[in-house]
Amino acid sequence: MSTVELGMPSLPNGLHGVPAATEPQNRKEYVSDQEVRWCPGCGDYAVLAAFQGFLPELGIKRENVAMVSGIGCSSRFPYYLSTYGMHSIHGRAPAIATGLAVARPDLSVWVVTGDGDALSIGGNHLIHTLRRNVNLKILLFNNRIYGLTKGQYSPTSEPGKVTKSTPMGSVDNPFNPVSLALGAEATFVARTVDSDRKHLTQVLREAAEHRGTAFVEIYQNCPIFNDNAFDAFKNPETRDDAIIPLVHGEPIRFGKDGHLGVVRDGFASLAVREVADLPNGEADLVVHDAHTDDPAYAFALSRLTDGGVLHQAPIGVFRKVDRPAYDDLVRQQITTAQEAQGTGDLQALVTGSDTWTVD
Amino acid sequence: MNRTVTIEVKQLDRVVIRFAGDSGDGMQLTGDRFTAETASFGNDLSTLPNFPAEIRAPAGTLPGVSSFQLHFADHDILTPGDAPDVLIAMNPAALKANLRDVPRGATLIVDTADFTARNLKRIGYDENPLETGELEAYHVVPLNLTGMTVESVKEFGLSRKDASRAKNMYALGLVSWLFQRPVESTITFLKTKFAGKPDIRDANIAAFRAGYNFGETAEEFSVRYEVKPASMDTGTYRNISGNLALAYGLVAGAQRSGLPLVLGAYPITPASDVLHELSKLKRFNVTTIQAEDEIAGVGAALGASFGGALGVTTSSGPGISLKSETIGLGVMLELPLVICDIQRAGPSTGMPTKTEQADLLQVMFGRNGEAPLPVLAARSPADCFAIAVEAARIAVTYRTPVIVLSDGYLANGSEPWQIPVIEDLPTIDPDFTLEPNATNDKGEPAYLPYLRDPETLARAWAIPGTAGLDHRIGGLEKEDKTGNISYDPANHDLMIRTRQAKVDGIARSIEPLEVDDPDGAAKVLVLGWGSTYGPIGAGVRRVRKVGGKVAQAHLRYLNPFPPNLGDVLGRYEKVLVPEMNLGQLAMLLRAKYLVDVVSYAQVRGMPLGAAELAEVIGNLVEETEGIDDDARHLGEAAAALKHGEALVDSNGHLTTELKTRGTR
Repeated sequence: MSTVELGMPSLPNGLHGVPAATEPQNRKEYVSDQEVRWCPGCGDYAVLAAFQGFLPELGIKRENVAMVSGIGCSSRFPYYLSTYGMHSIHGRAPAIATGLAVARPDLSVWVVTGDGDALSIGGNHLIHTLRRNVNLKILLFNNRIYGLTKGQYSPTSEPGKVTKSTPMGSVDNPFNPVSLALGAEATFVARTVDSDRKHLTQVLREAAEHRGTAFVEIYQNCPIFNDNAFDAFKNPETRDDAIIPLVHGEPIRFGKDGHLGVVRDGFASLAVREVADLPNGEADLVVHDAHTDDPAYAFALSRLTDGGVLHQAPIGVFRKVDRPAYDDLVRQQITTAQEAQGTGDLQALVTGSDTWTVD
Repeated sequence: MNRTVTIEVKQLDRVVIRFAGDSGDGMQLTGDRFTAETASFGNDLSTLPNFPAEIRAPAGTLPGVSSFQLHFADHDILTPGDAPDVLIAMNPAALKANLRDVPRGATLIVDTADFTARNLKRIGYDENPLETGELEAYHVVPLNLTGMTVESVKEFGLSRKDASRAKNMYALGLVSWLFQRPVESTITFLKTKFAGKPDIRDANIAAFRAGYNFGETAEEFSVRYEVKPASMDTGTYRNISGNLALAYGLVAGAQRSGLPLVLGAYPITPASDVLHELSKLKRFNVTTIQAEDEIAGVGAALGASFGGALGVTTSSGPGISLKSETIGLGVMLELPLVICDIQRAGPSTGMPTKTEQADLLQVMFGRNGEAPLPVLAARSPADCFAIAVEAARIAVTYRTPVIVLSDGYLANGSEPWQIPVIEDLPTIDPDFTLEPNATNDKGEPAYLPYLRDPETLARAWAIPGTAGLDHRIGGLEKEDKTGNISYDPANHDLMIRTRQAKVDGIARSIEPLEVDDPDGAAKVLVLGWGSTYGPIGAGVRRVRKVGGKVAQAHLRYLNPFPPNLGDVLGRYEKVLVPEMNLGQLAMLLRAKYLVDVVSYAQVRGMPLGAAELAEVIGNLVEETEGIDDDARHLGEAAAALKHGEALVDSNGHLTTELKTRGTR
């Protein structure tokens, strides 16, 4: 076995190759004629509205946007957007979207998935898509519950959670989706909240522009089966202490009047401390660098997320690094082969070199 | 050294030869080279590689034995042969593992180097079978092939271990001499293969030549054999294996459709070679994705099809099980998708390197709900090419997943192939929808993704990037025409029936089933599908040769069946259906046509034998004629045929020799 130098620079932008719109677009153009059928008060509405509002900003042709979803409440998302879309089967959207992205460099491909779809039945496709760094964007709506099947615990539900299938409390240890994505060495990993439209839009924009797989966890409230799971981040009383804001190039400082901050703590770990207790005050805080190549830093950040009931978690872009995208490499090999050998003479191929003729 | 004995040249019309050794002895390579020499000489041929799933089982053991059988002839042949005329056994295990297949009177060329007491004991021989006389019914040629190989490559200064590795080339040289094969292609091959390792290259060439010269100069052999070239239709030929033909056919199908080919696949025996071959063909705009699992393989293919490519996935039975849900999605989305199932012995992991055709019902029905799709089956290694092109035609024209059935025997077996002219293959029109195809309630132009072609019932296919035709499709039931989600009872019934009618209607685009019934007098029809084509054909020929009247037909379309199949079945008193499963086609035929077909089922992981089929067919022919059990002879006579001579006298009675001979 041997290896070769792939020698492929990463392309500058996630939308590279996608044709630009010829005229300005508005939100209404992205609203499909289908009746939206989520439960009243569902966090999905807010994400849909933000997404419909954000897409025109990208300045790409509407027909070159493709949405691929799996199964679950959030996976109905494509029906409500007037773009190309596929509502596929449970857990498989990343695999299907990989084939689409490889075949069509002129599309902006988005995967819409949930905590059950992406992390349970589709866990394998998720991690492999992330490690390959296919140029597609994954929006993981995390409501920490199975909604469509009416309220069983999910792979992100907190231990001890009482649900229809866990009357004595869940004994499953949950995934932290951001930690999982970082473990798979995803090149773009972010977290946002359904109710913060401004932040959500900003993260979506950065995701769209990233060349490679962008993984965005969206904390999304299920008012029916898991209401107020993210209350700490929404309640004006608690949210300042709950949200650890990640802003590239800024010290990680938060809480009422900035009394809290993130500091290095032992081997490869980070911790939240009272700034007032630090010997050098703000100078001791970690300055967020999303471009750090070693995913261990972003992973340490992700561990500041509560494992059980959520009281505190980092929100923002954890990691954003450059690595060649899988689909670009695949296409590059085809181009290289065609440059070296021509576009292929099928007659010569099937004939081969070892023939004989019967007269 | 000059010979004192003149070498006689004996004409044969056909020969079956088997190379057997340890899986590390290079028997598959040896067989491939002998095949290439034979093909270039112009014989008709058919090959059967047979190897263990273990890459290198412990040397010298029975499970580690690998073999390659080749049947070549001066006439058109159909199978790799039931029993070898010549066995080349490179060690005691190879002799023991293969002896039961070798009829008495055959030639055994045995490398004696490993016939030590310890090695013999290991495989259950208390004494050396070469010395006990137990092989006296065979023509045994014991030779120290390893020793002679080492001697012949002495000048290259290799270790004994490295030197002895060339023993397969020594054996190949000897056999090439014995059957007067042209040797230039093998020498060229060795020069290319070992171009970077001059020592190994020169040693292999030297061993090959030494083997050839040994035949010429030593007096072990008083006879050489000659098998004249076969008369074949005029044209240019090459030898091709089923998996290679399948890969080329997929590329041809994509090219004739004007679509890029995207393969999503996960490695699995015996399908991996299709992935390997397609991976080499990037210049033909072929993309191969080695996915993380079987499900992702078919998912990527379906995603590519959604984007307007020809999505293909290749696998074997266990992988097809995993892909079922995605294939069902493909049925619902009505997108082109080609799924190749290179069947192997099951259930579960089964016997990965052994052949079987027991996935028919799985691919027909192994999905939830009413999920019909077309099923095609190749009948020979070269036919895999044509079947793949046809699968692409149906997939693209009808917007449907299509199953292609091959099997381990076709995948690894090879035969001469009259090379098709690519330009003469049919063109396939994807007929993408580029403009709105309807108007909405407001009178504006609209696109209805499930508006259908009235003839084919194929839906309108617009791909992403087409302005004004954006739409959403999915696994939920569709409303007729609009494709919107619908739970309407009448609509669901309509859509179920429409999808079925679409697949059924493909029958209108396929050739009627041809029946081979030379004088139209047969009462028995033998009907098969897939890789049993060769053995059934050979069995039928044998029966005809001893005077039996029998018709043969072979299905390449399993769903839908050819439109005339019902008529064909109705014309015969008895229909025999031989299969390498427990009667899966027989079940389908009984269910659809209410014909009480006779199932002949064998599941041994090996192709059916021509002789066993001849016996079964002959017996059924006589039974149908009303001949009593004890008066029947046709089957036995047909089974016993060797080298085309009937062992029946002019009155149709068995000769004494046949009655006493244990041929099977």
